[in-house]
Amino acid sequence: MSASVSPASDGEKVVFYLEKDEHAHAGSSTALGFWLYLMSDCLIFAVLFACYGVLGRSYAAGPTPKELFDLPLVAVNTAMLLFSSITYGFAMLQMEGGKKWGTLFWLGVTGLFGVAFIGLELYEFNHLIHEGAGPWRSAFLSSFFTLVGTHGLHVSFGILWLVVLMIQVAHRGLIEDNRRRLMCLSLFWHFLDVIWIGVFSFVYLMGVLG
Amino acid sequence: MSAEAARADGHAAHGADGGNWHDDHGAAPHGSFRSYMTGFVLAAILTIIPFALVMGDVFSDTRVTAFVIMALAVVQIVVHMIYFLHMNSRAEGGWTMLALIFTLVVVVITLAGSIWVMYHMNANMMLMPHDMRNMD
Repeated sequence: MSASVSPASDGEKVVFYLEKDEHAHAGSSTALGFWLYLMSDCLIFAVLFACYGVLGRSYAAGPTPKELFDLPLVAVNTAMLLFSSITYGFAMLQMEGGKKWGTLFWLGVTGLFGVAFIGLELYEFNHLIHEGAGPWRSAFLSSFFTLVGTHGLHVSFGILWLVVLMIQVAHRGLIEDNRRRLMCLSLFWHFLDVIWIGVFSFVYLMGVLG
Repeated sequence: MSAEAARADGHAAHGADGGNWHDDHGAAPHGSFRSYMTGFVLAAILTIIPFALVMGDVFSDTRVTAFVIMALAVVQIVVHMIYFLHMNSRAEGGWTMLALIFTLVVVVITLAGSIWVMYHMNANMMLMPHDMRNMD
């Protein structure tokens, strides 16, 4: 106790330092906060995966994954999402180089791959529903549509976000705020590709395997 | 998109970015053209193998195929985490890594727990042949 008071008794002025500047860097805290959001999103998908894992074999005498899934279509879809991941990476590299139009170009390419992914997924869903294999048919199909549909919704909102950011970048350039937003969207976009790895492995490939 | 143009653009960006690589304003870590391409090639290989295994009926035992598919999926997720999401133990003072580990623990409990418990419940609720005879 006395030790901590002694410097003052020497006549020295007691000064307190804060370990860190209280005015934290906005970009840094945003990155951590956005990461925490992604982790909570990850839990949503974990629950949907668990749901599919439990219900995925309850066909109710209806069609099985082997009869329904079209693997070449899924392979093309997977490629679309993987290409969109790498093109988003190129957009981030252009952004770090401070090239506004290069960033916009690669964001545009990313968006087109995203639209192609969603288009193929809607085509698949439409095809399934026309075959009478809609989400009401069996527990397997309910959990399938919920899991894959939730992922598709995420990608759709990702595309919407991408378009909004392209407008922002086109109007205001690569300002600090836009860089931070692009960084968050890059985490979101790559995260959705990670979820898709689980979808094509656990749902499509394992499903066709029987 | 032409691969040449992509490469040239990427190198230009990489070169320009070399200067602020050690910018320690707490900015999120980012990759280089090389790391993105490494990740992309690895991810492509790790995607093609499981599709080829299933579409080509390579193993007669589906359990082997299933195991390989899930193992490759885990490897691919790690590849994406490192090369696309730039995960490392230093970003944000280790908090992103801590959040990730916590999430993984919860995910494993949720997935393994649900499938394990519900599988046993299904097995125990199943009507056995002798039960059916007693029902008459």
